[in-house]
Amino acid sequence: MNTIFKIHGGIHPDEEKQLSNPGTVLDAGVPPSLILPLSQHIGKPSSLCVAPGDYVLGGQLLAEADGMVSVPLHAPTSGTVVAIEPMPVPHPSAMNNLCLELECDGEDHWIEYAGCEDWRVETPDTLISCIRAAGVAGMGGAGFPTAVKLMARDRLPLQTLIINGTECEPYITADDTLMQVDAAGIVEGAQILAHILGVEEILLAVEDNKPAALDAMQKAAKARGGDCNVMTFPTKYPSGGEKQLIEILTGKQVPTGGLPADLGIVCQNPGTAVAARDAVCFGKPLTDRIVTLTGRALARPGNYRARLGTPIEHLLTVAGFDPSQNRRLIHGGPMMGFALESSAVPIIKTTNCILVPTEQELPTPPDAQACIRCGLCAEACPASLLPQQLYWYARAKDQEQLERHHLADCIECGACSWVCPSHIPLVQYYRAAKGMIKESKTEKIRSDRSRDRFEARQERLERETLAREEQRAARRAAAEQKAAAGGADDPVAAAIARAKAKKDSAGDESANS
Amino acid sequence: MLTLLQSYPLFAALIALLGLGLGFGAVLGYASVRFRTEGNPLVDQINQLLPQTQCGQCGHPGCKPYATAIAEGGAINKCPPGGQETIDALADLLDVEPQALDAEHGEEKEPNVAYIREDECIGCTKCIQACPVDAILGAAKLMHTVIADECTGCDLCVEPCPVDCIDMLPRKGGIEHWRWDLPEPNENKSSIIATDRAAA
Amino acid sequence: MLADYALLLAGTVLVNNFVLVQFLGLCPFMGVSNKLETAMGMSAATTFVLTLASVCSYLTYTWLLVPLDLTYLRTISFILVIAVVVQFTEMVVRKSSPLLHRVLGVYLPLITTNCAVLGVALLNINQAHNFTQSLLYGFGAAVGFSLVLVLFAAMRERLTVADVPEPFQGAAIGMITAGLASLAFMGFAGLV
Repeated sequence: MNTIFKIHGGIHPDEEKQLSNPGTVLDAGVPPSLILPLSQHIGKPSSLCVAPGDYVLGGQLLAEADGMVSVPLHAPTSGTVVAIEPMPVPHPSAMNNLCLELECDGEDHWIEYAGCEDWRVETPDTLISCIRAAGVAGMGGAGFPTAVKLMARDRLPLQTLIINGTECEPYITADDTLMQVDAAGIVEGAQILAHILGVEEILLAVEDNKPAALDAMQKAAKARGGDCNVMTFPTKYPSGGEKQLIEILTGKQVPTGGLPADLGIVCQNPGTAVAARDAVCFGKPLTDRIVTLTGRALARPGNYRARLGTPIEHLLTVAGFDPSQNRRLIHGGPMMGFALESSAVPIIKTTNCILVPTEQELPTPPDAQACIRCGLCAEACPASLLPQQLYWYARAKDQEQLERHHLADCIECGACSWVCPSHIPLVQYYRAAKGMIKESKTEKIRSDRSRDRFEARQERLERETLAREEQRAARRAAAEQKAAAGGADDPVAAAIARAKAKKDSAGDESANS
Repeated sequence: MLTLLQSYPLFAALIALLGLGLGFGAVLGYASVRFRTEGNPLVDQINQLLPQTQCGQCGHPGCKPYATAIAEGGAINKCPPGGQETIDALADLLDVEPQALDAEHGEEKEPNVAYIREDECIGCTKCIQACPVDAILGAAKLMHTVIADECTGCDLCVEPCPVDCIDMLPRKGGIEHWRWDLPEPNENKSSIIATDRAAA
Repeated sequence: MLADYALLLAGTVLVNNFVLVQFLGLCPFMGVSNKLETAMGMSAATTFVLTLASVCSYLTYTWLLVPLDLTYLRTISFILVIAVVVQFTEMVVRKSSPLLHRVLGVYLPLITTNCAVLGVALLNINQAHNFTQSLLYGFGAAVGFSLVLVLFAAMRERLTVADVPEPFQGAAIGMITAGLASLAFMGFAGLV
């Protein structure tokens, strides 16, 4: 009944989904200590409201949102705040960032929390503040503060909410599992979000390689009132990209440099929908998530529900990690993930998968060869860009041409690198180029500012010099006027006369004595 | 007249050429007045590309004077804070070949920020007067401090300070400022030939 | 009549392209084709100069040299005409775009001695064109020049960022490309 459209390009890598047994949630347990980065989202890091030594309960607020585009942080379990200092975080730079270390007491005492009785009677603003207070950020991987995304309702007319259950990247099955075990939660979450946004149309998107999830979602949608439309479409990477999914489901393309909200559409991850439901209906803050632990270097791959801040080495132990077989730990999937330097880093709100492959499974890529201009990359690009041109201009650092070829629209999906017969790491070039452009724009703003300040200073100095000149001229004029008026009143002459008189009288005295 | 000229062809030739020359000269003279240009907007375009540290390492007292010198045909490789990037951009604008930075004028260094050690500051205002972008806050006999966001790292405040209490520290680059590097180019292209690989 | 003019234009733009087939005007062609923007500017300037110079040369020839039986002076008077037209163009360019002026400043005098411009003027005489034909001939020559210049500049921009082996970088690969382009344009022979 619903027409499906096709996107340009895309690839079909081996899915490897069955390796992690989607549909079963295992419990990762609570490790001895949790490491909670203050920045697990897009926007300003949260600002602390606890100090080392404080005892906190599960669900207690640890750090508040700092400004509009920010998200609060809550304790995933009870324990004592041991340290607040820079620690390794999951980031491609392998740099440290400010984290809060929580030593768990093992009791898992929680705060009392309560949600709305009936969310249908609440105003959207109330619901948004519930979601904001619960620290909900986009759990598909980007981590955009959900409350801020929902505020698009104030700026633009919206018609459609899409729940993105595509999960197109190989190996990852976290959303698949969530859809199978808690489809009702996802549907209720979707309805809450739709109510907030004021949209009539709710689309639940599931790729056709997830028959069990599809079934569960259809049943749940029917059970909860039938206003949700479950849509399925052929599997292709990267159909799960926001812009690609919108094109598949609606045939419309998000304009270059624009947002889905410009088309009246908002996309959310199923995990975010459930977190929103928890926030609104129960008042429960976001403190755990399902993480896929997969790869053939693990004895027990699967989907684990883990508390935020769980160090990855804890999860690897639970999943039966064999270090002898493995060379790289990957945060995320094989296409868009990044390698981790150390397993001491924690999982955060946006961690959907830890991939632990053997060398045969995901071999180290061979050396890049010369580009043979075959054009396969342009055929594969889901954003209809020209990766080959972007590659040449990124090598030449030609900022103007990169912008003209819409580098900003690249979603870094990796399809071009995957098809390249010369094994050129194309996405690395685009990431570096984007960073270079951003840096040079920042530099430009700085140097414009410095120039303005310099010119203002020159003007100020000129003004001061002019003012001094005027004063001097005025004084001189006044003195001349005075001298012209009455020479006897000349203070200089009077002073000389006084000195002379004193000298004469002194001379007389000495002469007399 | 025509017949006269035709009987003296040399004369005709001279008059023809002179006539042409005078006529065209008049046209050009009128054009030079009609299409007169004031100033040289190229200077502003060049100034936009310079980093505005106003440090003087190029030998000119500020970025605008250096821009003027470049517009008049000066070398484009005298600016260390701008570095190779600025030289390339200038080369692009002026359609000349980019050159390497002239070592005589300094080397490309990491961006710095000035920092005043407040325990030692005597409040003499000498550094305030030296700063070309007014990035130092303070007054006579009162504490001086550098507004880090406005400081361009030009170094001009360090010398005037009588108690030498100013340090040039590297500009902080936290995780927010990190960016990806370009992949290394593959120098070893012969790695596709197995015997070359074995030999290498 | 219109067909004749169309054929004349097609002939000058494609079949007897001044740069790639008749090999005139190679200096500005190689020198200004590094970037697309400067190439377009140069094309515009050359179009203006060529058309105007072609017409002025024709007029000078018809109304001054022929009546006075001074046709042997045509070379020097055409050079004079061209130099003046170029000077005039330079002043207009300096007023309207200082950057173009800074970039093309070296090349505007080059247009003066561009053999394509003098060639057009002299060929008009050789082929006994009338006024309209001279105008179209000059204009067509300029359009052909612009076409090739812009195409070549686009190719050279791509070559700048490409992986050219070191011995070939710069002018060498430019020349080779120009040679191949020339072969391509010679394929138009027989079209008109």
